[in-house]
Amino acid sequence: MELGKDLVAASATPLVLAILAEGHSYGYAILKRVADLSAGELQWTDGMLYPVLHRLERQGLVAAEWGTADTGRRRKYYRITPEGRAQLADQRRQWQLVDDTLRGIWMKAEPA
Amino acid sequence: MSLEAQIAEWRQFLHRRRAIDDRDGVELEDHLRGEVAALTDAGLSSDEAFLVAVKRMGSLDDLSREFAREHSERLWKQLVVGEREDSPAARLAARTDGFVAVGLAISAALLLQLLPLSGYRMDDPGPFIWRNGILLVLAHVVAYFAWKRSGPLTGARLTRLLLPLVGAAIVVNLAPGDRQTQTAVLSTLHLPIALWLLVGVAYAGGRWMDSAARMHFVRYSGELAIYVVLIALGGIVFIAFTLMLFRAIGMNAELLVGRVIVPSGLAGVLLVASYLVEAKQSVVENMAPVLTRIFTPFFTVLLLGFLATMAWTHRPIDIQRDVLIAFDLLLVLVVGLVLYAASARDPQAPPGLFDQLQLVLVVAALLADLLALAAIGARITEYGLTPNRVAALGENLVLLVNLGWTAVTYARFVRGRGPFAALERWQTSFLPVHAAWAAVVVVVLPLVFGYR
Repeated sequence: MELGKDLVAASATPLVLAILAEGHSYGYAILKRVADLSAGELQWTDGMLYPVLHRLERQGLVAAEWGTADTGRRRKYYRITPEGRAQLADQRRQWQLVDDTLRGIWMKAEPA
Repeated sequence: MSLEAQIAEWRQFLHRRRAIDDRDGVELEDHLRGEVAALTDAGLSSDEAFLVAVKRMGSLDDLSREFAREHSERLWKQLVVGEREDSPAARLAARTDGFVAVGLAISAALLLQLLPLSGYRMDDPGPFIWRNGILLVLAHVVAYFAWKRSGPLTGARLTRLLLPLVGAAIVVNLAPGDRQTQTAVLSTLHLPIALWLLVGVAYAGGRWMDSAARMHFVRYSGELAIYVVLIALGGIVFIAFTLMLFRAIGMNAELLVGRVIVPSGLAGVLLVASYLVEAKQSVVENMAPVLTRIFTPFFTVLLLGFLATMAWTHRPIDIQRDVLIAFDLLLVLVVGLVLYAASARDPQAPPGLFDQLQLVLVVAALLADLLALAAIGARITEYGLTPNRVAALGENLVLLVNLGWTAVTYARFVRGRGPFAALERWQTSFLPVHAAWAAVVVVVLPLVFGYR
C-alpha cells in the first residue's frame, strides 16, 4: 500500500528508532527490516532513509560509526543512543494515543 | 556495460550534487550494491538488477533535495535549493543583485553627504557624525537583504525592521551636543553591535528563529569581514595615489579625501562586500574558518601564557578603558573562534584533537574573564560606578555566561556525552543577548548617567 507523504515522514522516526533498538544496523538492512515487518506492504523510496538517519544522528538520537562490511567495503553502522530510547518511548505513547483514538471511532462506526 | 562501470557512472551523477558529499556517496553506494545483490540472487540479470535498484533509490533530484534540507550547511550560499548556478535565470538574478547593491551603496554615500549640513565636520567626525553614519549605512544593508529575501515582505516584517532603525535614530540624537563623553563614546561603539542583529533578522528573511539560518548569518558576517578588509586595502592604495597625484601639481587633496572619498568608501564597502559574499565568489570561500583553524592554537597559547604570567607575578589587570576594550575584544574573539570553527565543522564528525584544543581555549578565556570581572568589581566597590565600568561589567557578565555554558556543552561533546549540535544551538540562541546588552549601553546608559 502506498502511504501518504505526511504519514511516511511521521512514521519514519519511530520505525527507524524501533529497529535500531533491536540492535545496531545499517541503511540497507534497516529498509529490509521495514519491508519484512510490513510483509512488503510499506514501501519507501530507498534513498529517503538516509536524510532521516542523518537527522536523527544530528539530533543525537542515534550514533553512527564507519565499519567494514563482509564484502570489504566501507559501511556506516548506526546504533540508538539513550536519548534515542527516551524519544522512542515518547513516540510510542503518542502513536498509542492516536491508535486508541482512531480505534475508538472506527469500532463505533462499523461494529465488527 | 559492466556493473562496476554502471555504478561508477551513477556515483559520478551523485557527485555533481552539492548537497550529497563523498561519504554519503559511499553510504548510498553500499545500499545500491546491497539491493543489486539481493535482486541478482532473486534471479535478475545484473543489468536489470541495477536498473531496479536505481529506480528504488529514488530520483536524484528528490534525493538531493532531501539531503539539502538536512545538510543545509553544505550549500549555504545557494539558498534556493535546486537552482542550477549557471542557468540564465540565476545569472540574471545575480546581475540584478549587483545593480541593487551598487545602487544602495551610492545612495548611502550620497545621503552621508547630508550629515555635514548639521554643522559638524565630516573630516573630523565626532559622535554625531559617527552614529548617524553607522545608522545610515547599516539601514542600507538591512534594506539590501529585505529586498533580496523579498519573499513575503509583509507589513509586520517591514515594521519589525523599520521601527528599531527609527527608534535608534531618535535615541542616538537625543544626546545633547557633540562632546566625546564616556556615554557618547560607549554608545557609538555599541550601536553597530546592536544594529548588526537587525541585519541578521533581515538576512534570515523570516527564518530568524531557525538555528541554521542564524549560523548562515554568522558565516556571512565572517566572510563579509574578510571582503571588507581586502577592499579596504585597495581603498588605502587608492587614497594614497589620490593624495600623491594632486601633490604633484602642488594641490592638497586632504579635504576631498576626508570629506568625500573616505566616507563614501566606508558607506559603499559594506554593501558591495555583502553582495560579493552573496554572489558566491568562491575566491575567499570559507576563509574565516581557515583563519580560525590557524589561529586557535596561537590564541590558546597566548591566553595560557597570560594566565600563568599573572599567577606568577601577581600583577593586577589595569582597569583603563582601552585595556578593558582590548580585553573584551579578546574574549569576543575567542567566542568568534569557537563560532567559526563550529560553522565550518561537519556536525557529524566525532570529537577530535582540535575540539580538545578549543575546549582548553574556552576554559582559559573563562578564567581570564573571571579575573577581569574581579578587577572591575574591585574597582567599582572602591571608586563607584561610571558608564565605562558598567558597560565593561555587563559585557564581561554576558561573555561569562556564554563562555561558561559553551565550556559545559563542549566538554560534554568531547567526552561523547552530547551532540555537537547542542553547542551550535547554544551559540546561535545566544547571539541576541550580545546585541541586547549593546542596545542597553546605547539606550539606557546615557539616560542613567545623564549623558556624562
